[in-house]
Amino acid sequence: MVKILFFAGLAEKTGKREMQIDEGTNWQVGQLREWLQEQYPQAKSELSHSMIAVNEEYATKDEWINDQDVVAFIPPVSGG
Amino acid sequence: MTTDVFQKPFVVTETPLSIDRAMQQVTNPKAGAVNLFVGTVREWTGDKQTQYLEYEAYVEMAEKMLQKIGTEIQEKWPGARVTIQHRIGRMEISDIAVIVAVSTPHRNESYEASRHGIERIKQMVPIWKKEFWTDGESWVGNQQETVAYPEGKPENGGETNG
Repeated sequence: MVKILFFAGLAEKTGKREMQIDEGTNWQVGQLREWLQEQYPQAKSELSHSMIAVNEEYATKDEWINDQDVVAFIPPVSGG
Repeated sequence: MTTDVFQKPFVVTETPLSIDRAMQQVTNPKAGAVNLFVGTVREWTGDKQTQYLEYEAYVEMAEKMLQKIGTEIQEKWPGARVTIQHRIGRMEISDIAVIVAVSTPHRNESYEASRHGIERIKQMVPIWKKEFWTDGESWVGNQQETVAYPEGKPENGGETNG
């Protein structure tokens, strides 16, 4: 099981802030993003323009996802 | 008595921020300079008028990233003492959204370290600002598809010498 988090404009586009999915374990980060783009076609471009963090650390698209990981999709940040 | 969130030097909170408190947190006998960067809510952006703002954060990760920025500053400017505080939730015009407070032995480093702190926040700390204009609302930041992250992470996102 993998936990997914969405924030800001991406949360509005998907209508969700978090979800748990059975898919994702043993996928690479990039594969999960593609899967989500199929599930949420309305958020396709926001997903490709988001950074991705696995367990609160930024990850590359090649990183592997493990069971119980938390994967966060982080739209371009605007703090400060 | 409630827990004082500001016991942590790197904090993301709904509690209003205080310049005096931030300054006290970094002031120490080895410091000859304290630089305070204070980010406030701007009403006018060109001819667009903001009524108020809302900040949202991925709090746990944001605090971790602020801590990372603090470590970068202490590595680059030895002797620096740092606190970075970011407020979230609804804020009105001129409210304080962020404070970067740095003390260093001499003044030059305090300017450089402060600048480093705020620039890194804008690159990689997961906090988002939503503007409520007089004529609508919008998420600020580069959310208009002009920046892509094909690799999934920001440049220098995990580096300590960005």
